[in-house]
Formats: sequence, structure tokens, C-alpha cells
Amino acid sequence: MSDLPKKNKHSSLQKEDPNLRGTLISVLLLGTFIAVSWFGVFAIFVSR
Amino acid sequence: MHLHKYEKIWLIFGVGSLLLFLTIIGFGAFYKGLQPQSHMMTIDPENVEAYDAFKQENLGVTKVNDQKYIVNVVATAFNFDLGKNEDGTPLKEIRIPKGATVLFQVTTKDVVHGFSIAGTNVNMMVEPGYISSYETKLDKYGEFTLLCNEYCGLGHHLMSTKVEVY
Amino acid sequence: MINEKLQLTKKDTRLSMAFIYVAFISLLIGGLMGLLQTFVRSGALTLPWGINYYQILTVHGVILGLVLTTYFIIGFQYALMKKTVGITIKERKIAWIGFWIMLVGTIMTAVTILLGKASVLYTFYAPLKAHPAFYIGLALVIIGSWVACFVNFHQLFRWKKDNKGEKSPLLAFMVVINMLLWLIATLGVAATVIIQFIPWSLGYAETINVLVSRTLFWYFGHPLVYFWLLPAYMAWYAIIPKVIGGKIFSDSLARLSFVLFLMFSIPVGFHHQLTEPGIDPTWKFIQVVLTFMVIIPSLLTAFSMFATFEITGRRKGFTGLFGWFKHLPWKDVRFFAPMIGMLAFIPAGTGGIINASHQLNAVVHNTIWVTGHFHLTVATTVILTFFGVSYWLVPVLTGRKLTKKINNLGLIQTVVWAVGMSFMSGSMHIAGLLGAPRRSAYSTYGGTEQASDWIGYQIGQAIGGSILFIGILLMIYIFINLAFFAPKGNEEFPLAEEEKDAEPTPKFLENWKLWIGLTVVLILFAYTIPFIDIIVHSPAGSPPFDWPIGNQ
Repeated sequence: MSDLPKKNKHSSLQKEDPNLRGTLISVLLLGTFIAVSWFGVFAIFVSR
Repeated sequence: MHLHKYEKIWLIFGVGSLLLFLTIIGFGAFYKGLQPQSHMMTIDPENVEAYDAFKQENLGVTKVNDQKYIVNVVATAFNFDLGKNEDGTPLKEIRIPKGATVLFQVTTKDVVHGFSIAGTNVNMMVEPGYISSYETKLDKYGEFTLLCNEYCGLGHHLMSTKVEVY
Repeated sequence: MINEKLQLTKKDTRLSMAFIYVAFISLLIGGLMGLLQTFVRSGALTLPWGINYYQILTVHGVILGLVLTTYFIIGFQYALMKKTVGITIKERKIAWIGFWIMLVGTIMTAVTILLGKASVLYTFYAPLKAHPAFYIGLALVIIGSWVACFVNFHQLFRWKKDNKGEKSPLLAFMVVINMLLWLIATLGVAATVIIQFIPWSLGYAETINVLVSRTLFWYFGHPLVYFWLLPAYMAWYAIIPKVIGGKIFSDSLARLSFVLFLMFSIPVGFHHQLTEPGIDPTWKFIQVVLTFMVIIPSLLTAFSMFATFEITGRRKGFTGLFGWFKHLPWKDVRFFAPMIGMLAFIPAGTGGIINASHQLNAVVHNTIWVTGHFHLTVATTVILTFFGVSYWLVPVLTGRKLTKKINNLGLIQTVVWAVGMSFMSGSMHIAGLLGAPRRSAYSTYGGTEQASDWIGYQIGQAIGGSILFIGILLMIYIFINLAFFAPKGNEEFPLAEEEKDAEPTPKFLENWKLWIGLTVVLILFAYTIPFIDIIVHSPAGSPPFDWPIGNQ
């Protein structure tokens, strides 16, 4: 991607990643909700 | 394209879960033979009697042996035809012993119907020109509802029958 | 830098508002039908004057699923395109032609349904036969919407020509993706309506190939739901950050997810046909795998949304794990309504994954669970985002202001909607797992115990439906206020920007030939062999059946 027009000079060092700990926990909770629901219906399918 | 470290974790977790789901259903479908109903046999909807299973005398429950039953049904708006008993009155109930293997074979003479036994995995689309078939074991005692669950016209909600597992 | 060319003029606002008026009129009519349905189903009401349950169900589905959504989306997208790439006089003229074609089609279809000649529901499955005017009207709606596609394509094409080498504006890129998706998808439904249904309903063709018509319908039916969803995603990615005082999290990831939606939302229609005979189960499974691919861009979106909120909150100085969440602008309806929509997408998307899971589909197929599912997706996630957009878009278009009072009423409206939908959709999901069917008038099913268990949930739906109808009345009041009575003024058109030091977007994301090419390849891969199979192994076609729907 080095051939791209540089919109702004990367002043000094690499930018540091922002703190997204809350985001990570939120999406992991979301993922857990999906998995639990899916296995719930899977269990219904198997039990019928 | 830059991905945040946590986004990578999330994608691995998310895509990993999707792969797990796919593996489970793929294993069920291809190894255990638990495919969704996908019968490939065609039939002339204006002459379903040409097919043995849908001759008037073969409709309804047929006992093959103690462990195996066949249920043949012709759907029309707005009725499931289960055949007639000795004195010629139409049968209105399906009775199956618990634990027996049951093969359901269904076709339609007119429009698209649904064939669903609530509370079981028997849930098929029934389309003109095709036979729908599904084999299963009914493992719970009780009274179930066989109903049409695809809109077939103004009397759609009246299209139902009782299924007794004894 | 404010570009004169990109300011909305009276002529632009009139165009967008024309579409949005039709959308809100549809909301009122369709919502009323929905209310009546829940009453009939709970056994509390018998419709007067010989009106049939399935007639109002057809009105409800067609007018909310097809009319409201399509009109709002096109009106919204014209406003976005004008603000980002402009519109020429000629483009605007052609856009109006599209509007009138769509309107004629809509009225034709609506009249046919109201006369009781088309109680076939919005999926119009053959061989139930409606009056030909129903199908011709639908075809006109689709053709009119194609005009909007080509106008939008031309707008971006013209902008690219005038701004060689520059990255297209994010929202214009998204609009063009959505309209490409729509164009490619509607080819399927146009083919079945124009080639199969119209000649057959007019009597020129004796029979119809039912499975081919269903397959073409569902080739369209799944991307249709993404056509509804993507404009909501546009608002989430590129409008909401501005509303909450932040920046776009990542321009590249936003574009990437839209490209993935284009590629993977079409070759997946079989997951609506999982329990049908005549389709090879291996091909069903292949399309199930492709369906799972289209979940990935939504996973990306979930992360981007939370990240936008967290970064914005932390920048404002809110620390702790969830301080940023607590301090989101919950009292700003332009944020609150779409946010509730986003949260609703968590159970909505989960339900979608379950529906698409091959043999698991037998648990929920054609049960009222499915109705509960899409009342969360389109009737909560999408519609609350559209309401959230309306709070600023309508005043922008009418030269008025969103007042504090209307803002607060909007907050109440959103809560009413969320509560009503929790009751309605919640009852639907549970009843569906118990086997209760969708699309069914009141019935005791021969008095089985199972059926009597469902009645309680049907009453729950009626309670939810009544609360939702209050929500609709509130929204209509808000719309009328914003369109005609709110004080004159300049409402902000919130267009989010990238971070000053954002990483440049890779050029390949705008390689249209590549994305369209891959989309076509995937469609051909997923459909060619099974489709040939369906045609080669076809049974005799079906004659029309008009008596079951009372259309003799």
C-alpha cells in the first residue's frame, strides 16, 4: 500500500491502537449470546 | 488495511463459531444422513394415483412391521386425505406407536402446501409435481397437531389433523 | 469546504420527500392492517364486510415489506447522493420518471389487493393465481426502481470523471453497492414475474413451473433483506458517528463489509427453500455455507459500532470499561432510535443464523418464529434506524428544525416500539419453537391441546401489536410535525468524517469490475448446476388456481 497517495505525513511513530477493551468484551458477550441460542435450538432439534 | 488487535480476536472467535456450527450441521447432514427433506421424485399432480403410495387404498397409516410404519397423505386445499375406513368415512386421525420408525410420504393435487407436525422435526414443503418424504422416530407420547404451514388459500388455517403417539 | 453544488435545493428536497411521503402513508395503512391481524389471530375480532384475514395480511406484507422500505430507501439515497456527489438536472428528471413508474405500479397492485383479487400474500407463490394487474403492478414497481439504480450509478460515474483519481465519498460508494445488489437481485423476481406469472395469469401460458418460480423468487428474496439493511448500515457507519460527536472508525472496513454484502447476500436463496423437494441437499448445503459467509460483514459491523462509541466516549474523557457506554447521547433521538435498532439486531441476527442452519431449519420453518425474526430485523433494526434518520432528514428536506419537544416524543416513540416489539416478537419466537404456524387466521386446529397452548402467545402478540400501533400513530404525528409544522430553520445533515490521520483506504476496494465479476461468478457457481437440475427434472407444470384465494 506504499504507492498510495499519502493524505498526511505519518508524523513520527506508528499510531498506537486505541483502547477498545469495552468493545472487545461487548462483542464477546454478543458472540456468546449467539452460540448459546444456536446450541439451544440445536438441542431442540436433537431431542425431537 | 489495518485491523485492531481486538478485532482480530473477535473475528477469530466469530468466524470460528460459524465454522463450528457448519461442522456440526455438516456432520449431521452428510455423515448421519440428517439432511433436510429434499426428495427428488416427481409425480403427475393430476394423476397422483398412478403412484402406488397415493392410491386411495394406500393412504393413511400402513404398518410394515412392529418397528416400521408408513404414512401416505395427499394434500388438497384445504384437506389432508388419509384414506377411508371400512365403512367409507374419511379418516381424520393418525395413530403411531411410540418409538416406531415412520416414513411420511406426501404430495399435493393442487397448490403448494406445508406438512408440519408441531413439536416434531416433521416439517416439509409440499409442491405440485413432487413427493415430499421424511423418515423419523416419534419418541414422545401424546397428541400432536399435523397442520398445513404454507399459505394455500382462504381455508388454509382449517387444514389440520390430529396425530396420536401411543 | 462547503461545495455549492452539494447543497440541497428545493428541487432535490421535493424529489426525496415524494418518496418519503409514500413511505409514511404506507406505514399508517400497513400498520393498521398489522393491528387487525393480531386481533383476528387471538380470536378477539372477526373482520366486518366480508374482508378476509389473508387479504389484510397481503396488504400488510406488500405495503410494509415492499412499498415502505423501497420508497424510503430510494428517497434517503437520493438525499445522500446529492450531498456527496451532486445531481444534474437531467439526472433529476430521470429520477422523477422512476418515481412515477413506481407509483403507478404501486397503486395498481394496491387496488387489486383491496378488491380481493390478489390475496396471495407478498410472496405470491404459484400456482395460486392473482389478477394479472397484481403482477403487472409489481413489475412496474421493480422497473421504476431500476431507474433509480441507473441514476445513482450515473451520479457516481460522473463524479469520478470530474474527480479523477480521488476516492469516492463513502456514502456514495455504499449507495451504489446497495443499488447494484438490488439490480442484480431483482433480475430474478423480474424474470419470474414477467416471463412466468404475467403470461400465465393472462392465459397465454397454460402452466407454470412452480419450483423455478420459487427459486427465482428466493434468488431475489434474500438480497431483498440486505437491500433493507444496508441503508441502515449506511446510517450506522457514516451518520451516527457525527451525531455522537465522533469520527468514522474505519473507512476501509466499512467499504469492505459492503463489498462482502454484495458478494455473499445473493448466492444464498436456497436457505429459504431448505425443506423443499426437488433441490439437491448438497447444493442446499453449499448455499448454507455461503449464507454463513454473509454473517462475517455483520460481525465486522458490530465491532466497528462498539469501537466508534468507545473511542468517542474515551476521547470525551469517560474512562472505565463501560463509561463510554453510559455517556452515549441517550437523550438524542437521532442516536437513540438507531441504537435500539442496533441492539435489536443481536437477537435478530442470531435468529437468522439459526434459520439458515440446514436441517435445524425444520424446527422453525414456516412457524411464527420466522415472523418474529423478521419483525426484529426489518421491523425493528431497519425501521428504527429509518425513524432515526427521519428525525433529521425530514426537517432538512422541509427546511425546518427538530424541536426539543419532538425529540422527546421520539424518545418515547422508540421506547414504545421496543416494548411493543418485545411482547410481539418474543411471543412469536416462543410460539414458533412450539410449532405454531405463521400466516394463519384464527384456528383451534381441531381442538388439539398444542393449539390451545398457542392462544396465550397469540394474545401476547395482540398486546404487542396494539402497543406497536400506538408507536406508529406517534411516528405519524412526529412525521407530520416535522414535514409541515415544526419551526423553520436549518437542521444539520450529519455526515461523519474520517480521522485526520486515518490510514488511507486501499484502492482495490473501489475496483468495481473485480467486485461485480466475483459476485457474478459466485451466483453462477451457486445456481447454475442446481437450476439446470431443477429444469431438467421438472414435473408437468401447474395450471392456475384462483378459487382457493376467492379470485374467481
